[in-house]
Amino acid sequence: MHTDTKSFAYLQDPYAMAYPETAPFWEAAEQGQLLLKVCKDCGRAHWYPRAICPFCGEDDTEWKPASGLGRIYAFSILERADPPYALAYIELDEGPILISNLVDCNIRDLHIGERVRAVFRQSQDGRYAPFFTKNL
Amino acid sequence: MARKAYIVGAYEHPTRYAPDKSVTQLHAESALGALKDAGLRLQDVDGYFCAGDAPGGNPFSMVDYLNLNLKWLDGTEIGGCSYIRHVRHAALAISQGKCSVALITLAGKPKSSGQATGTAPRDVGPDRPDTPWDRPYRATITGIYGMLAQRHMHEYGTTSEHLAAVKVAAAHHAQYNERAVLRKPVTIEDVLHSPMIATPLHRLDCCVITDGGGALVLTNAEIAKSLSRPLVKVRGAGETIKTNRAGYIEPTTSGAVVSGKLAFDEAGIAPDDVKYASIYDNFTIMVLLQLEDLGFCKKGHAGPFAAEGNLISGKGRLPFNTDGGGLCNNHPANRGGITKMIEAVRQLRGEAHPAVQVPHCDLALAAGPGLVMGVGQGHATVILERE
Repeated sequence: MHTDTKSFAYLQDPYAMAYPETAPFWEAAEQGQLLLKVCKDCGRAHWYPRAICPFCGEDDTEWKPASGLGRIYAFSILERADPPYALAYIELDEGPILISNLVDCNIRDLHIGERVRAVFRQSQDGRYAPFFTKNL
Repeated sequence: MARKAYIVGAYEHPTRYAPDKSVTQLHAESALGALKDAGLRLQDVDGYFCAGDAPGGNPFSMVDYLNLNLKWLDGTEIGGCSYIRHVRHAALAISQGKCSVALITLAGKPKSSGQATGTAPRDVGPDRPDTPWDRPYRATITGIYGMLAQRHMHEYGTTSEHLAAVKVAAAHHAQYNERAVLRKPVTIEDVLHSPMIATPLHRLDCCVITDGGGALVLTNAEIAKSLSRPLVKVRGAGETIKTNRAGYIEPTTSGAVVSGKLAFDEAGIAPDDVKYASIYDNFTIMVLLQLEDLGFCKKGHAGPFAAEGNLISGKGRLPFNTDGGGLCNNHPANRGGITKMIEAVRQLRGEAHPAVQVPHCDLALAAGPGLVMGVGQGHATVILERE
């Protein structure tokens, strides 16, 4: 995945670099791909990605491409911000629920259970992170 | 615990705004206040307990400042419930004879430092493994609790009116507390018409931000019976950390399921036996979650329970937070654990305001969450008995 000609933004991000073992995630995110850590032993995906499986305790996990699709599990509009934005829990089709923002859609028309898909945006620290939109 | 421990000193610092004092001094003033309440002196202390609000984030500086000679110390830091945990840890140390006079202190100044506690994302460094995954999304505390509230509404039919009933009960109690920040009684409509902070939570669903402090003193039966204070015994306690379950979160269930059961099992009593409950109320939704998870209500029934007035002293089945709680009275250092313990002690001593004092209050509970991870968080419960 890595090419010598491209310099990835996450390499300058202290939050990404504090966890060298998560580099494949940020590298994939920068190329528009959501990865999940899945246990080779029990087969379950977990979030946030770890070197060990938090379900069965084995240390043999692998990165696997995820569909990037999921549903709104819960959300809150932060009305005191200017402009207001939508904080959300997204339940991925693969199972785990992660915290994110809902973007590129009308935050005044959101509902629990609605289908969403991942889009990748650069965070304030430099790394690209998964955000979610209703625009499938 | 074979040999019991007793809370003999409890002190809530009177300040709610202290730009002229250091956090260290507020800790020290709280310590002396609780020791004076007990009839003990600083030189009697041989066990000390504090959490991350202590200067330096661990016990060292306060122990040095107070010049304590210790046999036991504990710097357990699990956010706002740390002090409820400390009561459990102190009671265990005392029951084992490891120390005889245990001091717990808390203090902080979020008000005078202008901290936007609930509406600004916390700026945390990269050392916590969850931070890289949460930080891009500008999660605020109120936003996370907003999602909890929304999910509880989705699963159980809880309403904004149910949440507001918690605030109405707290405000009813706070009108009798001359030191409470918000003393004016409020109606359901007042809560619903207050500004929306993070949907579905209104401003009046959120606790106050205050400077302040508090302290507790625990000791063994022999010393407790030599003092002139009413005997308030630690009858049972429990604590846990509820994780995010590696992404399979359960946002409508709190760690109170674990800590409450541990406390009730150790105490050998049932929720129906409790005459008064201090329940950490950082947000109204957290009271409903804990009422359910501690066993006072079935899951999903806490909203109607609150709406029927059951949390109001003199009216309901489970008077709660008769000092006005964090919603109205005080939330020193953004940590509500110690004030929950203090009001429970007041109730058991019969020293609450007469208008909110629970008659024949012999069993009380104090419980609360700690750290804001929304769905993964600490929880601690203590059950106290008037002997």
